[in-house]
Amino acid sequence: MASGVKPRVKVPKSAAAGDVITIKTLISHKMESGNRKDKQGNVIPRSIINRFTCDFNGANVIDMTMYPAISTNPYVEFKAKVDASGEFKFTWYDDDGSVYEAAKSITVS
Amino acid sequence: MKITRRDAVAMGLGATMVAMLPLRVSAAGEEAVMAFTGGAEAGEGDITLTAPEIAENGNTVPISVAAPGAVEIMVLATGNPSPEVANFKFGTASGGAEVSTRMRLAGTQDVIAVAKMADGSFIKTARNVKVTIGGCGG
Amino acid sequence: MKKTLMATALATIGAASALMADPADIPLVIEGEEMISSVKAPDYIPGLDTAYSGWLFRSEETQALEIDDFENPGMPAVDYGLELWSTADGSEGKSCADCHGDISEMAGVRTTMPKVNENGELWAMEEYINNCRVNRMGAEAWKRIKSPEMLAMTAAIGLQSRGMPMNVAIDGPAEPFWKLGEELYYTRVGQLNMSCANCHEDNYGNMIRADHLSQGQINGFPTYRLKWGGLGSIHRRFKGCMKNIRAEPYKPGGPEFLALELYVASRGNGLSVETPAVRN
Ligand code: HEC
Ligand code: HEC
Repeated sequence: MASGVKPRVKVPKSAAAGDVITIKTLISHKMESGNRKDKQGNVIPRSIINRFTCDFNGANVIDMTMYPAISTNPYVEFKAKVDASGEFKFTWYDDDGSVYEAAKSITVS
Repeated sequence: MKITRRDAVAMGLGATMVAMLPLRVSAAGEEAVMAFTGGAEAGEGDITLTAPEIAENGNTVPISVAAPGAVEIMVLATGNPSPEVANFKFGTASGGAEVSTRMRLAGTQDVIAVAKMADGSFIKTARNVKVTIGGCGG
Repeated sequence: MKKTLMATALATIGAASALMADPADIPLVIEGEEMISSVKAPDYIPGLDTAYSGWLFRSEETQALEIDDFENPGMPAVDYGLELWSTADGSEGKSCADCHGDISEMAGVRTTMPKVNENGELWAMEEYINNCRVNRMGAEAWKRIKSPEMLAMTAAIGLQSRGMPMNVAIDGPAEPFWKLGEELYYTRVGQLNMSCANCHEDNYGNMIRADHLSQGQINGFPTYRLKWGGLGSIHRRFKGCMKNIRAEPYKPGGPEFLALELYVASRGNGLSVETPAVRN
């Protein structure tokens, strides 16, 4: 599954110190639930992203555990509090061991 | 005559709804709540679960949960083959226990959110979501 | 069997027909740009007064997915299409961009598809793309209905025309194709003995089973369907509708579906391109 998986993140470019900002993330992934069968009637094995984390300057913002009930192309929207300029790091963990990463900077004044 | 879309959807569904079984939390759902709370009772409190009353397709149902002051939130879909949907832990850089995502629902059912508060207590809320086309299988 | 099926189908529409719910009159604004989501239907479509985008018939939650590009689940496929646009492929070692320049040069192309080519054949976007791949790039044709590459590319090209009004030609060399499309649209087929018009002209605004019937417009294709969990093409949707009425679907990319595509597109001439739209 390591091919064709693309993360997208949306973070405001700037904010004032102490602001609470909204972050949106989406990653292209089929999130095969393990509940479906192929045309021959065989169960299609589970293959999902099982964890997503976001950190800001080394401090954790959110740590999410995902189950097969999360839809194709997992979308997550959440809040972060920013006190200083820095970098958000986003990490998605695939069942197959792959790790997908993205980063976005913000200027805080 | 002008009828809002929501009315139209609700009325159109009427016939289908009658045939449906009464809702109840599955044993697996109860177990998952217990595992999360460590057996503690989850009370009522400041926790909001936003989900459509009627989802046009169970494959992609948007939900939002907010529980100010929570350190962790668990979302369950009690009528799915396995009830777990997601678990969110909020860290020190979080801007508040407030998240949105999209989930699969196998059919009409109750969706539950349980929040663990900073003092170790638990609160929960539930919402019924009617699904017109199931999101699991096929 | 046949009678029962038909009775069921009609009863399900009938039960709700007393409602005659108009599509809700709300503006469709995508990323701050207002779309033309309802427009006076062309004179050559006597069965419709107004053409309505399928978006108007969807639930609030489904609608919300289309108005913000970040939340639109079809957008990752567009990203893939943009990548393919500038990736060399085939024996000539060329990419689309090598000849066509920036993909924004494709603005407007979607509004005129399908259209008659130099040899007098009716081609949709997929045929034009595969013609470039096979005859200009020395690359393999992408499968018309299932290829993720074809869906990604048609979505990326379609997006360049978003907001522009559909404007397919129906006269001149297109006329015989349009006539055939019109005939197919009104021909009853399948075990349920129904035509496209029985649902999308006579009954739009009504409920069928639990679905709010639209006019079956194609200005948003390829569309992301929640049911499919991905993008799907116009011909895939046509195929699905024919299967629903227990008819043997025509071949995707074949002359019947191409003619039908032209005719259905003309029923929505004037509606904004919404690619990639989101439907249930
Ligand atoms: C070797 C040059 C070349 C390459 C490479 C090429 N094309 Fe073309 N393409 C043309 C020419 C020439 C035409 C016909 C003239 C025109 O309409 O621009 C055309 C026409 C088209 C049209 C129809 C445009 C219209 O307005 O009718 C589309 C769509 C198209 N190409 C897409 C693609 C895509 C997608 C790729 C990459 C997969 C591609 N082309 C690669 C040269 C090329
Ligand atoms: C039995 C009723 C029925 C018939 C007959 C039927 N359809 Fe549909 N069609 C539906 C339903 C239900 C939907 C999904 C809800 C909607 O958009 O109307 C749909 C959706 C569509 C869509 C997607 C619209 C959008 O906004 O994305 C298109 C295009 C379409 N149909 C075309 C056709 C064509 C062409 C025919 C004839 C070959 C046809 N349909 C016959 C019931 C029907």
